Amino acid sequence: MFIIYNQMGSGYLESVNPVILSKKIKTFGKIQMKLLYEKSVSGRRAVRPAPSDVPTSINLDSKLLREKEADLPELSELDIVRHFTELSRRNFGVDTNFYPLGSCTMKYNPKVCERIAAYPGFCYLHPLLPQLRMGGILTQGALQVIYETDLLLREITGMAAFTMQPLAGAHGELTGIMLMAAWHRDRGHKKTILLIPDSAHGTNPASGAIAGYEVRAVPSDKTGVMDVQALKEMVNDSVAGLMLTCPNTLGLFNPHIKEICDIIHGVDGLVYYDGANLNAITGKVRPGDIGFDIVHLNLHKTFGTPHGGGGPGAGPVGVVERLTAFLPVSIVVKRDDGTFALEYDRPKSIGYIAPFYGNFGIILRAYVYILMLGRAGLIRVAENAVLNANYIREKLKDHYDLPYPQLCKHECVFTAKRQAAGGVHAVDIAKALIDAGFHPPTIYFPTIVPESIMIEPTETESKETLDDFIATMIQIAQTAKTNPEKIKSAPLSTCVSRLDETMAAKKINVACVQKKE
Amino acid sequence: MIKDDLLYTRDHEWVRIDGDQAIVGITDHAQEQLGELTYVELPDVDKQVQAHDVLGVLESSKAASDVYAPVAGTVTEVNSKLEEVPDLINNDCYEDGWICKLEISDPAAGKSLLNAEEYEEYLRGLET
Repeated sequence: MFIIYNQMGSGYLESVNPVILSKKIKTFGKIQMKLLYEKSVSGRRAVRPAPSDVPTSINLDSKLLREKEADLPELSELDIVRHFTELSRRNFGVDTNFYPLGSCTMKYNPKVCERIAAYPGFCYLHPLLPQLRMGGILTQGALQVIYETDLLLREITGMAAFTMQPLAGAHGELTGIMLMAAWHRDRGHKKTILLIPDSAHGTNPASGAIAGYEVRAVPSDKTGVMDVQALKEMVNDSVAGLMLTCPNTLGLFNPHIKEICDIIHGVDGLVYYDGANLNAITGKVRPGDIGFDIVHLNLHKTFGTPHGGGGPGAGPVGVVERLTAFLPVSIVVKRDDGTFALEYDRPKSIGYIAPFYGNFGIILRAYVYILMLGRAGLIRVAENAVLNANYIREKLKDHYDLPYPQLCKHECVFTAKRQAAGGVHAVDIAKALIDAGFHPPTIYFPTIVPESIMIEPTETESKETLDDFIATMIQIAQTAKTNPEKIKSAPLSTCVSRLDETMAAKKINVACVQKKE
Repeated sequence: MIKDDLLYTRDHEWVRIDGDQAIVGITDHAQEQLGELTYVELPDVDKQVQAHDVLGVLESSKAASDVYAPVAGTVTEVNSKLEEVPDLINNDCYEDGWICKLEISDPAAGKSLLNAEEYEEYLRGLET
């Protein structure tokens, strides 16, 4: 067995093994909480199963036997329930507090989507079922959900077809760039360069590099969007394509977008739409109509499914007609008799990009979300997301500097330069927000803005919540002037005080415990 | 803090050129922007680079950033202490925090680099 945990000086972050995790979590400060192991009382049990009637004299190979007794905590059921309920009360999420984490679209996830995803006919399906003999008839509903979500996403993006397989945004990016490469190979092109603006999410250059391209960064112009002149100078016949997030990470829609697509198409390149920020333009603009060739969507952001802490996500990739032959296998198709089936006969396909059909539970929730809101609802989503971001931008602009002061889309980016001059940095402001009950915004990203504070309120927050947040931000800006030390020592109200992030990154102690052969 | 006897790039590397030898590091402005470094990826000795090629990678808890070669040449030595103590760059970016040494391939190298005054001017431009 492999147990991987991430260990640092003063606490423990992640684990794949809940027993190890609960053994390692220590808390500090106000509310002390004992570890399960510290609560252990010898002989105490939650369950007392009947005596085993399996003979103990089986001759097992000695290397299969434990060397010593398993070190497990001994607790009653009530001990365990109280322990984990107490831990769960420390959870922070969209269901508890405002979560304006820029670039992450932490909108409220409607509970009706959860309810439908929990229907036994969906949640007890085995993923192999559609591939088994007579299994197709038992999975028609699930296949229909995948098929119809594909159709809905086509309508929203203007693409010709989707693969639902990619399991997250970055996975979608990799899939999309692999499709780009497959198309160029098929046409006999020898292209090596992928262009990406300097404001891009870090996953873009990573995806491009993993797909085998040499990545070059296109600078931003004075207005904060990709510099068209610089792009023209960088474009040549070796350019395979361009990856673009639009609106970009500054929340700005590139007004030259059509010209940009034309420039790339002019050298037989493809234009990739990173859908991370689609929430700003859903129902308003379709990437396919502008000239984009490949699109990935973050269902977990735009279409309201729970995410954070690394998943679960879904990053379907849509393509224009000339790229459909390369999509991964399998694809859900509708037969003439109205039934649904998986199609594998796709000779030009790039193959499997994920097992089965993607994160089906997430696709299902997004399907419910889209149907529930409908066309008019999705347009209002975009409008309110943009309105909320601009409300915050306008209300805070006298208190924090705006590197790009124009109207924004779904998120606004401030710089804490003014506060930093007095010793209070973006990270301190973020920590102070925690004390006020808000999740911090994204900080130090996009990297082209020093001391950046990136706020994405989403459409689901009320004016009252936004006003509370704005009042807190103004209060922090005042305190930064009068009592900077108070901000720099935040958070004070949490069970764990400020963590040493440098130490956490430097002194990584990843232990792989494997029983010796 | 800018040193008068060095040359600079617009990507915030400094270089000290002595004949065909060059020592490369990042500027005080760069280390301040990155924050306390957590990891330094150094180039291989004997690696040949053109100007603007990636020499190495710096990581802090804020960001990861490439270090570019200010001049073309061959890597002759790297500051391997940085692998253990990356914050040497934070504490002393111009001396103990040097990153690598290059044997310069083009004698005219450095012509396009900024002197201290020009770099200071360039930084002021970034402020506004």
